[in-house]
Amino acid sequence: MGEQKTIAKDSIEAGTVEGVAGLEADKYKYGFESDIEQEFAPKGLNEDIVRFISAKKNEPDWMLKWRLDAYARWLTMEEPTWAMVDYPKIDYQDAYYYAAPKSDKDGPKSLDEVDPDLLEVYKKLGIPLKEQEVLAGVQGAPRVAVDAVFDSVSVVTTFKEELAKVGVIFCPLSEAVQKHPELVKKYLGTVVPPTDNFFATLNTAVFSEGSFVYIPPGVRCPMELSTYFRMNAQGTGQFERTLIIADKGSYVSYLEGCTAPMRDENQLHAAVVELIALEDAEIKYSTVQNWWPGDAEGKGGVYNFVTKRADCRGKNSKVSWTQVETGSAVTWKYPSCILRGDGSSGEFYSIAITNGFQQADTGTKMIHLGKNTKSRIISKGISAGKSNQTYRGLVSAHKKARGARNFTQCDSLLIGDNCGAHTVPYIETNTPSAQFEHEATTSKLSDEQLFYCRQRGLSEEDAVALLVNGFCRDVLQKLPMEFAVEAQKLVAISLEGSVG
Amino acid sequence: MIKIKNLTATVNDGQQTILNGLTLEVPAGEVHAIMGPNGAGKSTLSYVLTGKDGYDVTDGSVEYLGQDLLDMEPEERAAAGLFLSFQYPLEIPGVPTMTFLRTALNAQLKARGADEMSAPEFLKKARNVAKELKIKPDMLKRSLNVGFSGGEKKRMEIFQMMMLEPKFIIMDETDSGLDVDALRIVADGVNALRSPERGMLVITHYQRLLDYIVPDRVHVLADGKIVASGDADFAKLLEKEGYDKYAA
Ligand SMILES: Nc1ncnc2c1ncn2[C@@H]1O[C@H](COP(=O)(O)OP(=O)(O)O)[C@@H](O)[C@H]1O
Ligand SMILES: [Mg+2]
Repeated sequence: MGEQKTIAKDSIEAGTVEGVAGLEADKYKYGFESDIEQEFAPKGLNEDIVRFISAKKNEPDWMLKWRLDAYARWLTMEEPTWAMVDYPKIDYQDAYYYAAPKSDKDGPKSLDEVDPDLLEVYKKLGIPLKEQEVLAGVQGAPRVAVDAVFDSVSVVTTFKEELAKVGVIFCPLSEAVQKHPELVKKYLGTVVPPTDNFFATLNTAVFSEGSFVYIPPGVRCPMELSTYFRMNAQGTGQFERTLIIADKGSYVSYLEGCTAPMRDENQLHAAVVELIALEDAEIKYSTVQNWWPGDAEGKGGVYNFVTKRADCRGKNSKVSWTQVETGSAVTWKYPSCILRGDGSSGEFYSIAITNGFQQADTGTKMIHLGKNTKSRIISKGISAGKSNQTYRGLVSAHKKARGARNFTQCDSLLIGDNCGAHTVPYIETNTPSAQFEHEATTSKLSDEQLFYCRQRGLSEEDAVALLVNGFCRDVLQKLPMEFAVEAQKLVAISLEGSVG
Repeated sequence: MIKIKNLTATVNDGQQTILNGLTLEVPAGEVHAIMGPNGAGKSTLSYVLTGKDGYDVTDGSVEYLGQDLLDMEPEERAAAGLFLSFQYPLEIPGVPTMTFLRTALNAQLKARGADEMSAPEFLKKARNVAKELKIKPDMLKRSLNVGFSGGEKKRMEIFQMMMLEPKFIIMDETDSGLDVDALRIVADGVNALRSPERGMLVITHYQRLLDYIVPDRVHVLADGKIVASGDADFAKLLEKEGYDKYAA
C-alpha cells in the first residue's frame, strides 16, 4: 500500500522532470492564438455597453439594474494603489467588454457539435489526457465535469445529466439566471458585494460569463467539477463570475485552470468568485493558473485582479483554497474566508511562482467571526529572474470569536540575486482567547544543492524543478491527483531559464 | 581508467592555488587511497573531478575512459559513471530519497540511451540494497538527508552509490562519522562493488578504513600535489609517522 503510493508520487515527480526536458527553451508553451471568429461589443465602457451585455444574455430587469447600480458606483471609485505592483495605467475605454465565439451562437447540444478548432485548443492547452477523453466522450472516462468557458460564452457542458440525478446544478451563470433565479437572487453578491472593491465592482457591471454550482443538502458531488477559463480575443478583458453554494452537509471539489495565448497587449482580467458553505458543508476550490506572464522584457502579460472569497456561513462548515499561481504579468489576488459559523474552518494553500519581470501581490484573509473557528495558511513563494512577490496575509478575530485558532506558515525561496520576496502579515485580535501562530522563512536555492543533484545525473533544469517541487511539496499534496501532475509540470515550465 | 596530469586549480580569480600540478593515474580494477593533512586539497580534487563551479583549472588535464573529463558538464560526468560520495552530503527538503534516486537513475539511463528502470524493479533493488546496508525502509521515504545523523548521511551516500552502480567512485572521508559496526557494513558494500571494470579513489584521514577496504596504492596529497606513494602497508606507516615531513 505504502509502496504503491510512493510509486504514484514518484512518477509525478519524474513527470515534472520529463516536463522540463520536453520543452523548448524560452518559448511560452501555450503561445498560440486560435482563429475562431469573435463577436465583439463595441470598444469602451459606458452604460450602453452594460445594457448590451445584459441584453445579449437576455437578462431579467433585476439583473440589469444590479449591473447598472454597480456601474454607477464604479464611476465613483478609485483604482487601488496599495499593492506592491507597478503597471502602466489601464485605459478602461480602450478594451472590449464582450466577445462571443460566433460559431457557437446557437449553443451546441452535445460534444459532437463542438467546433473541432476548440477541441484543438484544449489539446494545445495540455488539458490532461483523461479530461480530453471526457471532452471526447470516451466511454469509461473519469468523471470530471467540464463546463468550459471559451472567452465569454460557455460552449461545452458535460455530465450535466448525471449531476442532475443527484440534484447538483452545474451550469453557466447566465443559464442559472434564467433557470434558477431564486437561487441566484438569494446568493449572488452576498459574499462579494457589488461595492466591495474597484475590480469587483467593475466585474459586477460587466461580467459576461462564469459558472454556477449548487449542491443540495446532504449530497456529496459525485465528481470533481472543473472549468477551464482562457482568454482568446486580442484586447478583450475577461470578467468571469463564479458562484458556488454547498447546502447543508454537502461536499464539492471544484477545479479551475487557466492559460492564455501569447499577445503583445496587456490584458485585464477581473474575476469574482463567491463560495458559500452552509452548515456542515465543505467546498474545496483548487486553481492552477498559467496566464501569459509577458515577454522577455516583461511586456504584454495578463493583469490578473481577482476577488475570491468564501463565506463559511453555517456551523462546522469548511472551505479550502488551493492555488498554484505561475502566470500573469501582474497578479493581485487574495482568496479569503469569512469564518462566520461556529466551529467553521478555512484553509489556504498556495504556491506562487514569479519569474522574468512578473509581479505578484497575493495572500489571504481569514476573518474569524464565529466561536472555535480554525484557519490554516501555508504559502510557498518562489521568485526567480527579476520578479517580485509579496505575501499579504490578514488574520483577524472578532470579539465573539472565542477560541479562534490560526496557523500560518509562509516560506519564500529565491532563485538568483535579482528577485525579491516580501512577507506582510497583519494580525488583529479582539478576543484574548484567540491563538494565532505565524512562521516565516526565506531561503535561497543553493548552488551546493544544485551541484549535489547534478553530480547524481540531473541536468540543471531538472535539478531546479526537483528542488522547487520539494519546496512546494506540502501544498502540491493538497491538490487533486490529476491537477497535481499538471501543477508540477507548470512549476518546471515557469522556472525555465531561471538559472545558469 | 582515469589519468590526471599536472592538474592545477585556483579559486578567487586565481588568487589562491589549491591543486598545484597533481598527477595521478588509477587503472580500472584498482582502489587507490589518498591521505593527507587537513586543507591539503583532497576535497578540492574530488570537486574538480566532478565539475563543481568555483574552481578554475589553469593547467593540466584529466582523461577519463578516453574522454576529456574537464570538458564535460557535471551531469554528463555522472552519466559516464563518475560518482562522488560527499564529505558533507546535502539535505534535499521535500524530496523523498526514493524519488530523488529514481529521478537520478532514470536521468543517467536516459543520457546513456538506455531504458528507464521500471518502478517495481527499482523498488525491489532498493529494498535489497537497503537490507545489505541495514537501512530501515522507512528512511527511504523521508526527505533525502533531512534530519539524518552524520553517520546516516554517509550510509545513504553508499546506498546511492550501490543503486547507481557507477564505474569510477570517489569517496571523500566516507568513514568519518561512522562507528565501527557501520564502518564494516559500508566497507562490505564497497568491497562488493570492487570489480575489474571499476576504479575507486578513497580519500581518508584514518588508516582504519583501509583495514576494511584494502587499497592497491596509497598516495599522500600535500600542498595540492601527490608527494609520496606506496602500497597498502604505506598507510600504516603514515598513520604512525604523521604527515609532518610532507607538509611544506
Ligand atoms: N571555494 C574555495 N574558496 C576559497 N578557498 C577554498 C575553496 N575551496 C577550498 N579552499 C581552500 O583550499 C584548501 C583545501 O581545501 P580542501 O580541498 O577542502 O582540503 P581537504 O579536503 O584536503 O581538507 C583549504 O585551505 C580550503 O580552505
Ligand atoms: Mg575534505
